[in-house]
Amino acid sequence: MERIPILRIGTFLLVTIQVDMHDQLALTLQEDLTSMIARVSAGGVLIDISSLEIVDSFIGRTLANIASMARVLDATTVVVGMQPAVAITLVELGMSLPGIRTALNVESGMQYLRDTLADREDEDDWRDYSPQG
Amino acid sequence: MTGETTVRKAETIPIAESNDVVRVRQQVRVLALEVGFSLVDQTKVVTAASELGRNTLEHGHGGHAEISIIDNGVKRGIKMSFRDNGPGIADIALAMTDGYTSGKGMGLGLSGSKRLMNEFELTSEVGVGTTVTVARWK
Repeated sequence: MERIPILRIGTFLLVTIQVDMHDQLALTLQEDLTSMIARVSAGGVLIDISSLEIVDSFIGRTLANIASMARVLDATTVVVGMQPAVAITLVELGMSLPGIRTALNVESGMQYLRDTLADREDEDDWRDYSPQG
Repeated sequence: MTGETTVRKAETIPIAESNDVVRVRQQVRVLALEVGFSLVDQTKVVTAASELGRNTLEHGHGGHAEISIIDNGVKRGIKMSFRDNGPGIADIALAMTDGYTSGKGMGLGLSGSKRLMNEFELTSEVGVGTTVTVARWK
Protein backbone atom coordinates (compact mmCIF):
# COMPACT_ATOMS: atom_id res chain seq x y z
CA MET A 1 0.00 0.00 0.00
CA GLU A 2 1.11 3.52 -0.81
CA ARG A 3 2.51 5.31 2.29
CA ILE A 4 4.34 8.46 3.21
CA PRO A 5 7.56 7.60 5.07
CA ILE A 6 8.06 8.74 8.66
CA LEU A 7 11.63 9.25 9.84
CA ARG A 8 12.61 9.02 13.48
CA ILE A 9 15.39 11.25 14.74
CA GLY A 10 15.91 10.82 18.47
CA THR A 11 12.61 11.73 20.08
CA PHE A 12 11.28 13.51 16.98
CA LEU A 13 9.34 12.20 14.01
CA LEU A 14 9.92 13.79 10.64
CA VAL A 15 7.57 13.67 7.67
CA THR A 16 8.20 15.26 4.30
CA ILE A 17 5.15 15.20 2.06
CA GLN A 18 6.47 15.09 -1.48
CA VAL A 19 3.54 13.73 -3.42
CA ASP A 20 0.23 15.18 -4.50
CA MET A 21 -1.75 13.43 -1.75
CA HIS A 22 -5.12 11.91 -2.42
CA ASP A 23 -7.49 11.77 0.55
CA GLN A 24 -6.88 8.13 1.46
CA LEU A 25 -3.14 8.71 1.56
CA ALA A 26 -3.64 11.64 3.94
CA LEU A 27 -5.76 9.47 6.22
CA THR A 28 -3.13 6.70 6.17
CA LEU A 29 -0.49 9.23 7.18
CA GLN A 30 -2.69 10.41 10.04
CA GLU A 31 -3.05 6.85 11.34
CA ASP A 32 0.59 5.91 10.84
CA LEU A 33 1.82 9.04 12.61
CA THR A 34 -0.55 8.69 15.53
CA SER A 35 0.38 5.08 16.21
CA MET A 36 4.09 5.80 15.80
CA ILE A 37 3.93 8.72 18.27
CA ALA A 38 2.51 6.34 20.86
CA ARG A 39 4.85 3.46 20.00
CA VAL A 40 8.12 5.40 20.26
CA SER A 41 6.88 7.98 22.81
CA ALA A 42 7.76 10.78 20.42
CA GLY A 43 8.07 14.25 21.93
CA GLY A 44 7.69 16.15 18.68
CA VAL A 45 6.44 15.82 15.13
CA LEU A 46 7.67 17.92 12.23
CA ILE A 47 5.70 17.91 8.98
CA ASP A 48 7.41 19.52 5.99
CA ILE A 49 4.86 20.63 3.38
CA SER A 50 7.20 22.77 1.25
CA SER A 51 6.59 20.52 -1.77
CA LEU A 52 2.81 20.75 -1.50
CA GLU A 53 1.35 22.88 -4.28
CA ILE A 54 -2.06 23.09 -2.65
CA VAL A 55 -3.55 22.53 0.77
CA ASP A 56 -7.30 22.16 0.47
CA SER A 57 -9.82 21.81 3.29
CA PHE A 58 -9.28 18.06 3.55
CA ILE A 59 -5.50 18.23 3.84
CA GLY A 60 -5.85 21.19 6.19
CA ARG A 61 -8.20 19.24 8.40
CA THR A 62 -5.88 16.22 8.34
CA LEU A 63 -2.98 18.40 9.50
CA ALA A 64 -5.16 19.83 12.27
CA ASN A 65 -6.24 16.33 13.31
CA ILE A 66 -2.65 15.11 13.46
CA ALA A 67 -1.72 18.09 15.66
CA SER A 68 -4.66 17.43 18.03
CA MET A 69 -4.01 13.72 18.28
CA ALA A 70 -0.30 14.33 18.88
CA ARG A 71 -1.16 16.81 21.63
CA VAL A 72 -3.34 14.25 23.37
CA LEU A 73 -0.40 11.84 23.15
CA ASP A 74 1.91 14.43 24.74
CA ALA A 75 3.74 15.38 21.55
CA THR A 76 4.14 18.80 19.90
CA THR A 77 3.52 19.21 16.16
CA VAL A 78 5.00 21.83 13.89
CA VAL A 79 4.11 22.24 10.21
CA VAL A 80 6.87 23.85 8.17
CA GLY A 81 7.51 25.28 4.73
CA MET A 82 4.06 26.31 3.53
CA GLN A 83 4.36 28.14 0.22
CA PRO A 84 3.02 31.72 0.26
CA ALA A 85 0.53 31.00 -2.56
CA VAL A 86 -0.80 28.07 -0.54
CA ALA A 87 -1.15 30.23 2.57
CA ILE A 88 -3.06 32.93 0.66
CA THR A 89 -5.41 30.38 -0.88
CA LEU A 90 -5.99 28.54 2.37
CA VAL A 91 -7.07 31.70 4.19
CA GLU A 92 -9.34 32.74 1.32
CA LEU A 93 -10.84 29.26 1.34
CA GLY A 94 -11.79 29.93 4.96
CA MET A 95 -9.22 27.87 6.85
CA SER A 96 -6.74 29.56 9.10
CA LEU A 97 -5.48 26.32 10.70
CA PRO A 98 -6.09 27.31 14.31
CA GLY A 99 -4.18 25.18 16.77
CA ILE A 100 -1.42 24.35 14.32
CA ARG A 101 2.05 25.62 15.10
CA THR A 102 3.91 26.60 11.94
CA ALA A 103 7.48 27.55 11.07
CA LEU A 104 9.00 28.85 7.85
CA ASN A 105 11.51 26.05 7.36
CA VAL A 106 12.74 22.75 8.75
CA GLU A 107 15.54 24.39 10.71
CA SER A 108 13.34 26.76 12.69
CA GLY A 109 10.75 24.03 13.11
CA MET A 110 13.34 21.72 14.66
CA GLN A 111 14.51 24.57 16.89
CA TYR A 112 10.95 25.12 18.06
CA LEU A 113 10.54 21.43 18.89
CA ARG A 114 13.87 21.34 20.78
CA ASP A 115 12.91 24.45 22.78
CA THR A 116 9.50 23.01 23.62
CA LEU A 117 11.07 19.77 24.78
CA ALA A 118 13.72 21.62 26.81
CA ASP A 119 11.00 23.67 28.54
CA ARG A 120 9.16 20.51 29.41
CA GLU A 121 12.29 18.93 30.85
CA ASP A 122 12.86 22.05 32.96
CA GLU A 123 9.38 21.64 34.38
CA ASP A 124 10.14 18.00 35.15
CA ASP A 125 13.35 19.08 36.91
CA TRP A 126 11.39 21.45 39.13
CA ARG A 127 9.15 18.62 40.08
CA ASP A 128 12.18 16.44 40.95
CA TYR A 129 13.76 19.10 43.17
CA SER A 130 10.61 20.06 45.00
CA PRO A 131 10.98 19.88 48.79
CA GLN A 132 10.30 16.44 50.14
CA GLY A 133 8.03 17.34 53.07
CA MET B 1 -18.48 45.35 -25.39
CA THR B 2 -17.10 41.88 -25.15
CA GLY B 3 -17.98 39.15 -27.60
CA GLU B 4 -19.38 35.81 -26.82
CA THR B 5 -17.37 33.45 -24.68
CA THR B 6 -15.76 30.72 -26.71
CA VAL B 7 -14.35 27.48 -25.42
CA ARG B 8 -10.80 26.92 -26.61
CA LYS B 9 -9.92 23.60 -25.18
CA ALA B 10 -12.01 21.18 -23.20
CA GLU B 11 -11.52 17.85 -21.57
CA THR B 12 -13.62 15.54 -19.48
CA ILE B 13 -12.22 13.59 -16.56
CA PRO B 14 -14.25 10.92 -14.79
CA ILE B 15 -14.33 11.06 -10.98
CA ALA B 16 -14.84 7.65 -9.39
CA GLU B 17 -12.14 7.41 -6.70
CA SER B 18 -9.96 9.75 -4.68
CA ASN B 19 -7.04 9.41 -7.09
CA ASP B 20 -9.24 10.89 -9.83
CA VAL B 21 -9.48 14.11 -7.82
CA VAL B 22 -5.68 14.28 -7.96
CA ARG B 23 -5.86 13.81 -11.74
CA VAL B 24 -8.39 16.66 -12.02
CA ARG B 25 -6.08 18.90 -9.96
CA GLN B 26 -3.13 18.09 -12.21
CA GLN B 27 -5.04 18.72 -15.45
CA VAL B 28 -6.45 21.99 -14.10
CA ARG B 29 -2.88 23.03 -13.26
CA VAL B 30 -1.81 22.33 -16.86
CA LEU B 31 -4.64 24.47 -18.26
CA ALA B 32 -4.07 27.23 -15.68
CA LEU B 33 -0.42 27.41 -16.74
CA GLU B 34 -1.48 27.60 -20.36
CA VAL B 35 -3.82 30.51 -19.63
CA GLY B 36 -0.90 32.24 -17.90
CA PHE B 37 -2.32 32.59 -14.40
CA SER B 38 0.01 33.82 -11.66
CA LEU B 39 1.16 31.22 -9.13
CA VAL B 40 -1.37 32.48 -6.55
CA ASP B 41 -4.24 32.30 -9.05
CA GLN B 42 -3.16 28.84 -10.24
CA THR B 43 -3.19 27.71 -6.63
CA LYS B 44 -6.68 29.14 -6.11
CA VAL B 45 -8.10 27.48 -9.22
CA VAL B 46 -6.47 24.12 -8.45
CA THR B 47 -7.67 24.27 -4.83
CA ALA B 48 -11.24 25.02 -5.96
CA ALA B 49 -11.01 22.07 -8.38
CA SER B 50 -9.93 19.85 -5.50
CA GLU B 51 -12.83 20.94 -3.27
CA LEU B 52 -15.45 20.55 -5.99
CA GLY B 53 -14.00 17.28 -7.27
CA ARG B 54 -14.15 15.87 -3.75
CA ASN B 55 -17.79 16.97 -3.46
CA THR B 56 -18.59 15.14 -6.70
CA LEU B 57 -16.97 12.02 -5.29
CA GLU B 58 -18.18 12.14 -1.68
CA HIS B 59 -21.63 13.70 -1.99
CA GLY B 60 -22.48 12.93 -5.60
CA HIS B 61 -21.13 9.37 -5.43
CA GLY B 62 -18.94 10.07 -8.44
CA GLY B 63 -19.41 11.85 -11.74
CA HIS B 64 -17.11 13.82 -13.98
CA ALA B 65 -15.29 17.10 -14.37
CA GLU B 66 -15.27 19.11 -17.57
CA ILE B 67 -12.45 21.61 -17.66
CA SER B 68 -11.79 24.13 -20.37
CA ILE B 69 -9.96 27.26 -21.38
CA ILE B 70 -12.39 30.04 -22.23
CA ASP B 71 -11.94 33.24 -24.18
CA ASN B 72 -14.32 36.18 -24.41
CA GLY B 73 -12.32 38.09 -26.98
CA VAL B 74 -10.71 40.31 -24.37
CA LYS B 75 -9.40 37.90 -21.78
CA ARG B 76 -8.92 34.24 -21.20
CA GLY B 77 -9.83 32.12 -18.25
CA ILE B 78 -10.59 28.66 -17.03
CA LYS B 79 -14.00 27.09 -16.62
CA MET B 80 -14.78 23.91 -14.73
CA SER B 81 -18.02 21.98 -14.47
CA PHE B 82 -18.52 19.19 -11.96
CA ARG B 83 -21.49 16.94 -12.60
CA ASP B 84 -22.89 14.04 -10.66
CA ASN B 85 -26.06 11.97 -10.70
CA GLY B 86 -26.12 11.76 -6.92
CA PRO B 87 -28.85 12.53 -4.41
CA GLY B 88 -28.90 16.27 -5.15
CA ILE B 89 -29.02 19.15 -2.67
CA ALA B 90 -32.38 19.90 -1.05
CA ASP B 91 -31.41 23.21 0.54
CA ILE B 92 -28.85 25.02 -1.60
CA ALA B 93 -28.66 28.08 0.66
CA LEU B 94 -27.82 25.85 3.60
CA ALA B 95 -25.24 23.90 1.58
CA MET B 96 -23.57 27.20 0.66
CA THR B 97 -23.19 28.24 4.31
CA ASP B 98 -19.64 28.33 5.66
CA GLY B 99 -19.14 25.47 8.06
CA TYR B 100 -22.28 23.57 7.17
CA THR B 101 -21.53 19.97 6.26
CA SER B 102 -23.68 16.97 5.53
CA GLY B 103 -20.65 14.70 5.58
CA LYS B 104 -17.37 14.46 7.40
CA GLY B 105 -15.78 17.59 5.89
CA MET B 106 -15.23 21.10 7.11
CA GLY B 107 -18.16 22.57 5.21
CA LEU B 108 -15.91 24.84 3.18
CA GLY B 109 -16.05 23.10 -0.20
CA LEU B 110 -18.83 25.10 -1.86
CA SER B 111 -18.54 28.41 -0.05
CA GLY B 112 -14.73 28.30 -0.17
CA SER B 113 -14.51 27.56 -3.88
CA LYS B 114 -16.99 30.32 -4.59
CA ARG B 115 -14.56 32.72 -2.90
CA LEU B 116 -11.64 31.34 -4.90
CA MET B 117 -13.33 31.76 -8.29
CA ASN B 118 -14.93 34.71 -10.15
CA GLU B 119 -18.07 32.94 -11.30
CA PHE B 120 -20.05 30.27 -9.54
CA GLU B 121 -23.24 28.52 -10.51
CA LEU B 122 -24.90 25.62 -8.78
CA THR B 123 -27.89 23.70 -10.08
CA SER B 124 -29.26 20.72 -8.28
CA GLU B 125 -32.32 18.55 -8.29
CA VAL B 126 -33.10 16.10 -5.53
CA GLY B 127 -32.82 12.57 -6.84
CA VAL B 128 -31.34 13.70 -10.15
CA GLY B 129 -27.95 15.22 -9.45
CA THR B 130 -25.87 18.33 -9.02
CA THR B 131 -23.81 20.47 -11.36
CA VAL B 132 -21.42 23.13 -10.15
CA THR B 133 -19.85 25.38 -12.77
CA VAL B 134 -17.13 27.86 -11.87
CA ALA B 135 -14.86 30.16 -13.83
CA ARG B 136 -11.93 32.39 -13.17
CA TRP B 137 -10.63 35.03 -15.56
CA LYS B 138 -7.05 36.06 -15.89
